[in-house]
Amino acid sequence: MERPKHKLRVPRARKGGVQLLVGTRKGAFRLKSDSERKHWSLKDAWFVGHVVHHLVEDPRRKGVLLAAARTGHLGPTLFRSEDGGRTWSEARRPPRFTEAPEGLLQRTVNHTFWLTPGHADERDTWYAGTSPQGLFRSRDGGDTWKPVRGFNDHPDLDRWTGGEKDGTPDGPKLHSILVDPRDAAHLLVGMSSGGVFESLDAGRTWEPMNKGLVIDYVPGDPDFGHDPHCVVMSPTNPDRLWQQNHCGIFVVDREQGVWERVGESMPKDIGDIGFPIVTHPRDPDTAFVFPMDGTSVWARTSPGAAPAVFRTRDRGASWDRRDRGFPKEHAWWTVKRQCMAHDGHDPLGLYLGTTNGEVWGSVNEGKTWRTLVRHLPHVYSVEVAGVAP
Amino acid sequence: MIVHLPGALDDYTRGVRTHALDAGSLRQALRDLDARFPGLAFRLADEVGVVRRHIRVWVDGQPCEDLDRTLMGATEVHVTLALSGG
Repeated sequence: MERPKHKLRVPRARKGGVQLLVGTRKGAFRLKSDSERKHWSLKDAWFVGHVVHHLVEDPRRKGVLLAAARTGHLGPTLFRSEDGGRTWSEARRPPRFTEAPEGLLQRTVNHTFWLTPGHADERDTWYAGTSPQGLFRSRDGGDTWKPVRGFNDHPDLDRWTGGEKDGTPDGPKLHSILVDPRDAAHLLVGMSSGGVFESLDAGRTWEPMNKGLVIDYVPGDPDFGHDPHCVVMSPTNPDRLWQQNHCGIFVVDREQGVWERVGESMPKDIGDIGFPIVTHPRDPDTAFVFPMDGTSVWARTSPGAAPAVFRTRDRGASWDRRDRGFPKEHAWWTVKRQCMAHDGHDPLGLYLGTTNGEVWGSVNEGKTWRTLVRHLPHVYSVEVAGVAP
Repeated sequence: MIVHLPGALDDYTRGVRTHALDAGSLRQALRDLDARFPGLAFRLADEVGVVRRHIRVWVDGQPCEDLDRTLMGATEVHVTLALSGG
């Protein structure tokens, strides 16, 4: 394994009030708590009428926000604020594909789906993932964007991603852009469809990282064409990755390089299909998932219409159900891949946004849950301000 | 010629609904509009020059999707948005 280039900074537990940034089908919203995380209020409604796929605060620059937006009619763009959302300006050059090299499909950006701040030492760098799958980088804080050509022009990109029919219902996506806190040049991305891909040279070259993953919807045992729904990296052990995949819950330690299906230890009546996954910021053996019904025609609602978070504290060997406060029946919503986040506190706060416009929170690692806000539009993303996705 | 712009573009045009310009093609007209209202062109047409799905462009009352269409002699261009959404 290559030697880390930067000392790993283990994050300290955060304290004080929490701000949630919520992207929805019809705008973006901010919720704020008091210092005890007891009382919550909806403070801001931005871009009402716009589809906001992701809203992220820069953990390196307080008050700098980036929003990925489009409308039903108009094309995709990004908005940026430097004053905590009081004023916004549009990116001068939002992500857009350049002319495809011969032999590759010409792609056009339908929407920017994912935003990730760059390494702590690269204070003006951001990454964006689009639908269809493309990777873009900004070196000026999100104002102008260029394709990461080593990825977007990779001669195997069309083989990795498959065609239109292989994409997710809302369009194929590049998501889960991960930057190794030890090395700004070490990048990982997830693609639905495609799989997980890794670069050790800031995006110039890429390799699939899908060994061990199960793929039960196409024949063969390919190195690509997988469907990771959400991939996360442990901040205290960046060589450990977790993913909630179309076919289960997996974990990998990079030195071994083979994904291991740890979702098989989930209760059989629940299964291990879902969209989001969150790893504990200080404990690489702990992760949280929100399962959904992935049987038959894939209802994509909570199994039995009874929502629950499941937690492992032993690297997936066992999982415990965390559902106190959730409805026990007839709750037909689900939680999408960008809609579950933690706040870095101790005890850890967890937050999730639902397809029926609710945001739920827990300030005790998922032991008890309560609704923080209702009546929002369909939630597309939930992030904690100042915590990188 | 006069370009008529819909209210959905008010964030760019600050309420301007008509804009006079002189362009040889729709592509040139979009460039001129973008110079006057930065960011507008990419919301109307994608990076390969295809007018977006729910946008329609009319030249002297005739629908037109071809950005290379000449505007020689044209007097009016309308940009309209389909009634989509929900």
